[in-house]
Amino acid sequence: MSSAMFGAVESGIIYAIMALGVYLSFRILDFPDLTVDGSFVTGAAIAAILIVNGTNPFFATLLAIGAGFIAGCITGLLHTKGKINPLLAGILMMIALYSINLRIMGRSNVPLLNEESIFTKIEAFFTSTGLDALFASMAAAIGLQNLTSTWSVLISMLVVTALIKVVTDLFLRTQIGLALRATGDNKRMIRSFSANTDQLTILGLGLSNALVALAGALIAQYSSFADVGMGIGMIIIGLASVIIGEAIFGTKTIAVTTFAVVGGAIVYRIVVSLALRVDFLETGDMKLITAVIVIAALVLPQLIDGQKERRRKKKKRLQQETKINEMKKGGEGYASTKSNSQSI
Amino acid sequence: MLQLNQIHKVFNEGTLDEKIALEDINLTLKPGDFVTVIGSNGAGKSTLMNMISGVLTPDVGEVFIDDRKITNLPEYKRSRLIGRVFQDPMAGTAPSMTIQENLALAYNRNRRRTLMKGVTKKLRTTFQEALGTLHLGLEDRLSAKVGLLSGGERQALSLLMATFTEPKMLLLDEHTAALDPARAALITKLTGEIVERTELTTLMVTHNMQQALDLGNRLIMMDSGRIILEVDGEDKQNLTIEALLHEFQRIKGSKMTSDRALLG
Repeated sequence: MSSAMFGAVESGIIYAIMALGVYLSFRILDFPDLTVDGSFVTGAAIAAILIVNGTNPFFATLLAIGAGFIAGCITGLLHTKGKINPLLAGILMMIALYSINLRIMGRSNVPLLNEESIFTKIEAFFTSTGLDALFASMAAAIGLQNLTSTWSVLISMLVVTALIKVVTDLFLRTQIGLALRATGDNKRMIRSFSANTDQLTILGLGLSNALVALAGALIAQYSSFADVGMGIGMIIIGLASVIIGEAIFGTKTIAVTTFAVVGGAIVYRIVVSLALRVDFLETGDMKLITAVIVIAALVLPQLIDGQKERRRKKKKRLQQETKINEMKKGGEGYASTKSNSQSI
Repeated sequence: MLQLNQIHKVFNEGTLDEKIALEDINLTLKPGDFVTVIGSNGAGKSTLMNMISGVLTPDVGEVFIDDRKITNLPEYKRSRLIGRVFQDPMAGTAPSMTIQENLALAYNRNRRRTLMKGVTKKLRTTFQEALGTLHLGLEDRLSAKVGLLSGGERQALSLLMATFTEPKMLLLDEHTAALDPARAALITKLTGEIVERTELTTLMVTHNMQQALDLGNRLIMMDSGRIILEVDGEDKQNLTIEALLHEFQRIKGSKMTSDRALLG
């Protein structure tokens, strides 16, 4: 494992939070929500501008989450009360947020170099308590050396993402969570059980975009800048994570599926970082690579299933044929003995 | 219990497609009444159901349940009082959720949904007991996804879910129409059992005349948005399909002659 790979895993774990948000809207609510491209940047912009102005980074991140929640709720309102098609409601919110994000930042790019961020704070904590040295020596023991200057990002984000995954699982099993899932599954049915599907849709989109904005805020602090264009194609990356994860890890239960989504986000980052090592590919080809990965994740399982099905049928046909052949043989034998007996 | 006063509903008013769906409907159900509704396609049966459940609101007229005016109460609020089973077996359950999760959704019909766990151990026992009354073995498949059940099983589950919290009223919209004869008979039998046990006030739309005669204590026939025939009590018990068809022809016929007289 090289340090580039290590970085891919690190950022994959942070992007997994965004993927969980996309999972909530795309899979649970069955709502293809393009707000994500905007709300991701909103999270990053709010965190960045507040941090630059001296706000505590944890508090800044919290406010970013709140902004994402509001953005999602507005998309939900556009769809439920304004009766706007889900895709269009998302797109409208996405372009509206582009301008809002510019307003928040005041310029198109806010650098966070040498600023106090969540990660500098956590790293300081890890160093002072000796945790960093501990993890480094543990890694060295299994032969992983000189991968990173600090283990604090990986470990802390692993804890945060796992926590969000578990809380999401638990939430989806509460009474409200069940009603939310039913809203995505069968609106007519859950309305006949006195659930307000409009409210639930708004809540679901709010929660989804809150997670997306949190990921945006963390990525801004992780890569030390917020940029107005950093959200372009984010929805596709989220979908890629969900689809890849589901294809690899399955969707047996909610807990398995959310695990798959987190896994999918990490796998996606690793695949991208591997692809970028290919000589003729450049950083600008990222989006193209993403598109190819998503297409592969969508088409490959079908091809594999088709292959399996063909093989199964072939096997079945062979079995049938041998059975018929055996019967024929048996019949011939019987006939021949009969003719023999007659000749005698 | 249920009261419909002078309900009128017109679709696409003022256009070429104008259709009078309901015209001057007056209907009162006493507690425990089980009314079957028959009529040809387009007679207004489904519109009547939608008017009661809140999917549609009347142009003119009022709807009451237990003397409470619910004419303009939104569908999701009304469904605290009204249990429904749809014609489509896919419509009454959430396919990607398990049997116990579906039942939990039904269980929370008249409660405020909170962040408490949806399916608890205690509820699971309640669910198992309730599913046992269906005699389909579903009580052993609590964690199976509903999408895996057959149409008949799903419809039985829908029926159980609709009546689980004992709402004020039960609306059955041709709920056996999409099933094969054996399954339809089973669901009809279960319907009779459940309604009898819970003494629910029930309105059932059906295309099956025999079913309309077998079930319930009252029968109404609809045509062109009007109630053209009401039979109850002993008359309903003694009613036959022939008599019903004869009556239908008589009413339609007399209407036709009166129309002719008008034109003539």
